[in-house]
Amino acid sequence: MYLKLTRRKFLDCPGTNSEDAGKSEACQGCPNQGICSTGIPVAPDSDMEAIRERMSTIKNKIIILSGKGGVGKSTVSTQLAFTLSRDKNIEVGLLDIDICGPSIPLTLGLQGEQVHCSGSGWQPVFVSENLCAMSIGFLLPRADEPVIWRGPKKNGLIRQFLREVEWGSLEYLLIDAPPGTSDEHLSIVQLLKEDLTGAVVVATPQSISLLDVRKEINFCKKVGLPLIGVVENMSGFVCQHCKKSSELFTSSEGGAERMASAMGCPFLGRISVDPRVGRCTDSGLSYVDAYEDQPVAVQFLSLAKSISFF
Amino acid sequence: MASTVENPTNIPEHCPGTDSANAGKASACAGCPNQQICASGPAGPDPGIQLVKERLEQVRNKVLVLSGKGGVGKSTVTAMLSRSLAARDKDSNVAVLDIDICGPSQPRVMGVLNEQVHQSGSGWSPVYVDDNLSVMSIGFLLSSPDDAVIWRGPKKNGMIRQFLSEVDWGNLDYLLMDTPPGTSDEHLSASTYLSQAGLTGAVIVTTPQEVALLDVRKEIDFCKKVKIRVLGVVENMSIFVCPCCKRLSEIFPATTGGAKKMCEELNVPFLGSLPLDPTVARYCDEGKDFISELPNSPVVQALGEIVKKLVTVCESREE
Repeated sequence: MYLKLTRRKFLDCPGTNSEDAGKSEACQGCPNQGICSTGIPVAPDSDMEAIRERMSTIKNKIIILSGKGGVGKSTVSTQLAFTLSRDKNIEVGLLDIDICGPSIPLTLGLQGEQVHCSGSGWQPVFVSENLCAMSIGFLLPRADEPVIWRGPKKNGLIRQFLREVEWGSLEYLLIDAPPGTSDEHLSIVQLLKEDLTGAVVVATPQSISLLDVRKEINFCKKVGLPLIGVVENMSGFVCQHCKKSSELFTSSEGGAERMASAMGCPFLGRISVDPRVGRCTDSGLSYVDAYEDQPVAVQFLSLAKSISFF
Repeated sequence: MASTVENPTNIPEHCPGTDSANAGKASACAGCPNQQICASGPAGPDPGIQLVKERLEQVRNKVLVLSGKGGVGKSTVTAMLSRSLAARDKDSNVAVLDIDICGPSQPRVMGVLNEQVHQSGSGWSPVYVDDNLSVMSIGFLLSSPDDAVIWRGPKKNGMIRQFLSEVDWGNLDYLLMDTPPGTSDEHLSASTYLSQAGLTGAVIVTTPQEVALLDVRKEIDFCKKVKIRVLGVVENMSIFVCPCCKRLSEIFPATTGGAKKMCEELNVPFLGSLPLDPTVARYCDEGKDFISELPNSPVVQALGEIVKKLVTVCESREE
């Protein structure tokens, strides 16, 4: 007898705030079924108003996703944040919702910084006068401390970030997500709803990466999250010795551009491999500021431009 | 007046686990939607733990492949280790269990993408790649590989419990378990359900940069906290050999000394480094057996040394 996850049997969780919570077929066997079917989570969410108010002073809320881990979401989020904030009239914020693996304090050069709490909320940590960030990384006693939390507690912190952080007036809030299509992604979409401007999906050329990226694009379509476009990272490497280019992560199916086209999604461009990007990431530096004339800097500037036109 | 947020919501205390005596009662439980259900439920052990113990009694070595960081090559390294272990001794039986529910890569990497799972009276049969190498993954249960599995933690945990207790592996020498990145539901569930089954230990995969090591250190700390033995660390994508001029480049610079230095600091074994070979990456994409088809690749040669060390460590573990 063949086993298959049919759509009827393994539909997705309808969401704890849905009217079907606890009652849909997908709920059978879920340990939360009892609590959801009592209707408690369906009651109006008192945090939503506070979140709406915080988000009302932010023009563009963009989530950076992938589905696949290690494609460069945090690197792209950080370098994009640095690039957008080069214009000192543009205020940029970066929210790190990767609870288990928060990279943003390192990538922005803010390790060891702490979050201050004032009467008007939690103050984000500033990199420069017009670039600030928030991450669980700033709340841990040491950088090595693991955060071993199940979904509900992670969701609780994301909710707190949205409710408590006083971003002020921002042109852009970039949200760096962890890989996957699970608690963190569902929570941010459910809490921000129509407030989210759109998603930038980061991929690398190989099929093994595109396999997960397609799922992420389908997730965006399913939850009604507008797709700003797909970026292909780690796309081509120029050897510093012989200057010839090679593909590190060969694309056996035409790479991210072809995948984006097949899925009806805009393609925002490529970012090539330059080991100096890795060095900047590890040291909390802006690649575009340090290497303005390099091809990868041009690629980051082009990506920032595409996003500003969305 | 500003104050520092030191401990706003008891961060970062951990969920004590749904079957702990403190379930629902620890300070970490405050605010968790599951609090009531945990506090009122039976404090007895999850029957799944005993089922998993019985099911895995005939599996000699159970190894988790972890990272903390995504995209370092956990799935690739798991596949490489499994193929290598199966090839070096045709009499040994090896299997791979993919517990990455949202991003299951093993069907593609092992070249069995469109296979189906059979169910018999004795349980679910894994998919066979070779006579002595089998795989199980949620990827085989989806109607299309593009279907997103948008599940919250409890449902993922249920699937992992099913995989561990219902797959009929038979007699195995090695069961390698490929995990998603992080230290969350899947990792907690795997360590809970395997707690009585005699987990041999964990192999940790990383790349050389600090942004990866940052997460890997957390994963090693997680292993210590839940008492999983760290069998060793593999540093993947350590160096790139240009196919044109054959000179070496560091794609992911080891700005803080790489995995070897981290292992010395944390007193865990270093199993070895694997270079970045685009041909191997392509073979994994296509699900081909690069061990037999690319025996001269520096990756395959480095892998041989790593497997020797891993086998020694597994065989010498204390009872």
